[in-house]
Parts: sequence; structure tokens; C-alpha cells
Amino acid sequence: MTQQQIIELELRSLRVREHIIRMSTDGGCFIGASLSCADILVYLYSSVLRVTPATVNDDQRDYLLLSKGHDVPALYGTFAEMGFIEPSRLANHLKTHDSIYWHPNRNIPGVEFHSGSLGHLLSVGIGIAMDIKMRGGRNRVFVVMGDGELNEGSVWEGLLVASAYRLDNLVIIVDRNEFQANIRTEELIPLESVDKKFKAFGCWVKRINGHDFEQLESAFSHLPFTADRPNVVIADTIRGRGLPSIERRADRWFVNFTHNEVEMLLDELHGAQESDLTSETLMVR
Amino acid sequence: MTMTYEERLQKLAVQKEQLVVMTAENRAAIRNLPKVLGSRFIDFGITEQTMIGAAAGLALRGRIPVVHALATFLTMRAFEFIRTDVGIGKLPVKLVGGAPGFLSEANGPTHQAIEDVSIMRGIPGMNVFCPADLDELVAGLQQIVDDSSPWYIRYIATPSAVRHYDQFTIGKAEVLGDGLDVALITYGLMTKETWRAKEILELNGFSVRFINMRTLKPADELAILNAAKECSLLVTVEDHFLTGGLYSIIGEIFLKHKVMADVLPIALKHQWFTPALLQDVLFNEGFTGEQISLKVMLRLQMAKHVHEELSHRRHTESIL
Repeated sequence: MTQQQIIELELRSLRVREHIIRMSTDGGCFIGASLSCADILVYLYSSVLRVTPATVNDDQRDYLLLSKGHDVPALYGTFAEMGFIEPSRLANHLKTHDSIYWHPNRNIPGVEFHSGSLGHLLSVGIGIAMDIKMRGGRNRVFVVMGDGELNEGSVWEGLLVASAYRLDNLVIIVDRNEFQANIRTEELIPLESVDKKFKAFGCWVKRINGHDFEQLESAFSHLPFTADRPNVVIADTIRGRGLPSIERRADRWFVNFTHNEVEMLLDELHGAQESDLTSETLMVR
Repeated sequence: MTMTYEERLQKLAVQKEQLVVMTAENRAAIRNLPKVLGSRFIDFGITEQTMIGAAAGLALRGRIPVVHALATFLTMRAFEFIRTDVGIGKLPVKLVGGAPGFLSEANGPTHQAIEDVSIMRGIPGMNVFCPADLDELVAGLQQIVDDSSPWYIRYIATPSAVRHYDQFTIGKAEVLGDGLDVALITYGLMTKETWRAKEILELNGFSVRFINMRTLKPADELAILNAAKECSLLVTVEDHFLTGGLYSIIGEIFLKHKVMADVLPIALKHQWFTPALLQDVLFNEGFTGEQISLKVMLRLQMAKHVHEELSHRRHTESIL
């Protein structure tokens, strides 16, 4: 990957983060989880996925399923930057005349399936991957999951099936931001060693820094990682990445910021000092 | 001789390349299909949730998944997957629930799907097919598979419960007889015993109408409304909890059309049934044809008695 390519990806990620910040007011959004997976989504849509705005219904396209769902501002921000939707449409966030709400849905071009209930889209992805295998297709199915989501039993049930059916066209990416909703994973339901758990379930696992485009590039450069096994990338990330005033803060899971705070956060994203925030998470599970 | 469910499904699968057969390791009714269908037969092991999610994924790719598991685990273990992936997705997944209602026999309450109709019909867009016997299951299967909606099918493989005259049509009940004293309304397994009750009631001089619902959603409103208008008593017979099944469906139809009628429900009243072999379950719970007919006659006699008492009183009052 050239330095120029990295700079382009970083600029794209920066713009996606601006979109996410702008969606965190007038009702708010799950800002922390969106910021943690922004680089992963930008990288996948820019460099890996064989899908474009013109091929969202093509039989041969790659599928990306956003299983954790509540990080959808990162997906919509990426869609806006990649031409799947008009960037101006993001201003419709939470408005009844559009479908841009807190979880993904198929009214938005590029969204393959709705989500919001955790632990669902691995199994949906398994069905898609099975059909592709049956038809001898070459497309791949990417499922982006949260680490808190790994609490759900259906994830591990799905891994058993994916391994049994040797779904090497299935790629699972875990956004390992180390948080459940309001509590650190290792303090509530510890996951480590999470890579060993996936290995024990028959997957081929890579663990990388999910904010480092060179590491993302080296992880995804050859798919499948090995024949006959589901591919898993544990992407270590930082919840709230890009905004020091939000990073790794349990109390900034879902926030409805004031317009003034949004302006401060946009400045902070571009290098200004930490924002003086008073708004805290509105949702406590 | 009717073809088996498996033979019918195989024939449909051969005609329709989109059809895939899935199971959570419940192969009893489809044991010969793996070698015929190859990769279009997928056994998920005991993973009902994953199977339903994957069925949604297969349907997104244009497949018509016909999914098999025991009715309890299919509709309840995987309920949120059915509701969220199949239901919200409006995907044409066909759910075949094995051993529903009394057919779980001696397994005990863990295996008793007696709220399945209630929870499945509560999902927007989900339809419910409750065949009376193997004949009806085989006769209806193609229409269910061809329909673009998701369906829940209460699986049954018992031989003919009654002689069917009407062709199967989604949303159309099978109405046998035009009796006016009582309309016996039922579905699925209970069709056979209810038919026996009809015969006994007729021997006792009552005129009986027999309604086999076939599909509970969509339900045949006209057949119910006609019975309410023309018959003195309506009786619902179901191996299901009182809440949410046929009795509730009829109540909803009456409210919608501002109709009231005398209805005797014969259903499981908020308790699990005592596990035993089928014939013993039917007897113990009071669901044999003889017991059903006695309950109906008691109710009709009571009604007759009350009616006579009232007219006697009126007569006496007029003399006084």
C-alpha cells in the first residue's frame, strides 16, 4: 500500500467520522461504537468488497452484513463517501420521511439486511454463504460483529455450523473495542483470549489493529486465509476513536450532544483541544 | 393411497430449483431427501436459531427454504429469529413444526407446542396452515410453497381424518354439512375426533355443521360468520391453549363484524396436558369424539332447558 493510498483512506475515514459526529445530535446516536469501526468499514468498502453503488443488487457482489447494527452511522457515513447515498441524505437522520434511524434497514441502498438484535447476522450470512457455495459463486460474505455481541450464544452456534460446512467464503470481523454497552468486556463477561476461542471453533484467525490501514491491508490481502475454514479478523479498536474526550469512556456510549458540542467535537477531530462535554450517555442498559 | 409428505416435498423440490430443505436434525419425515437433493438438503444439527437465520439468508438469495424442527423448539427457541429475520424481512420461509399439540404425546411439557398458533399468527405477514391429516398436508403443500409469504405449518402425518370433498384453497375452510343446531369448528389433529363427535350428535338427533379451518391465518371469516348467523351454538375444538388459537380468532372475527354468538370452547385451559400416549391423552384431557359430543349435548340441553324455563316463566307470568 502506497503512502498516497493511506492518506486517501485516512481522509475518507476523517470525513466518515465527521458524518458520525453530525449524527450525534438532535436525538443522538451510538457514537462510540460507530467511531471504533469506521476505519474497518472505510477500508473494506474502499479496498476489499466487490460491490459498488451500481452493483448493490448484482448476484456476484460481495455482501457486508453489519451485525451489531447500532454502529450504523459509520456505515451510512461510508455509504455517503462511496456514492451509495447522497451525503445530504444523512441530514434526514431520525426524520420520519426517511429510513436513517439507529439501526440498519434495507430501505438504504447497500444495506443487505436489517439488524439491531445482536447475534443474528452471522446466521443470515451463513445462509447467504451456503447459497453462494451451492451455486459455485466466488462472492464473499463479510459479517461485522461487536465484541459485546459475542456474549450471544447464537454467535457460537453459528460458528459451529460455519465450520462444519467449511464456509471459507465467510469473513467475520470483530470490532474489538473492549466495551459492552456501558461496561468493559473484561470487567463483565471476559472474552480473552478471544482469538483462541475462534480458533477452537475451527476458524482461521488473524488479530490486527483495526485502525491501522497497513495492518488491515495485510490481513485481507489474501482471502480465504486458508481453504475450508471460516475467516476471522479480530480488529482491536478504541471505542470513540478520533475523539479523546470520548475514547474509552463508558459514559459516552449513546449520546445526544448539543449543537455547540458537535462543533467542539468536529474541531477536536481536526486536532483542537479536548471538548468540554456535559452530555452523557442517555441509554444505560 | 396418498403420497407421503416426503414424496410430495421431493416432487416440489425437483420442479423448483429454488427449494431447499433444512432441518435441525429432525429427519424422520424427510430421511430419504439427502441423497435426492444433495447440497439442497442442509442439516444444521441442533441449532434452531442459526437454522432460521440461515433460512433468511438463503431466502435473500432467492431460495425457498422449507425448514423442519420440533414445533416447540422451532417456534419458541428460535422465536426472535423468526420474528426478526423472517418476519421483518417478509421472506418466504416455510416453517414445518413437528409433533405439535397432542402429537408430542408422552414427551412432557417441554415438548408441548400448544401456544404455537398463537405466537406464529402474531407475527405480521406470517400465515398458519394446520392440515387435518396427511391428505390435506400433501394437498396444500404446493400452494404454501408457491405463496410469497412466510408460513408456519403444523405438521401431521396421520391418515385421513375425514373424507375431503373440497379442494384445498388458502383462506378457505372445508365446510361439511349445513346443520343448524351446532357448528363444530376445528383444525389439525382434532379434526378426526371432532368428526366422530359430529356423527354421535347426529345419531342423537342434532343437526350439525362441520368446519375444518385448514388455514388459521388467513382464516375463513365467511364460514365463521355464516355459522354464527345460522347455528344455535358454535363449538371450537383445538389441541392448543384457549388463548390465541381458534377461539381467539373467532372472537376477533366477531368483534370486527359486530357479531355475537354462543360459543363453547374446547381447548387447553392454561395448563400443560398430562403426558401419555395419544389415545390416553385424548381421553384424559376430554378430547375424544365421545367426550366432545357429551360436552356439546350438555351445553345444548342446558340451552334448551334455559329456553324452556324462560318460556314457561313467560307463560306463567302471562296467566298471572
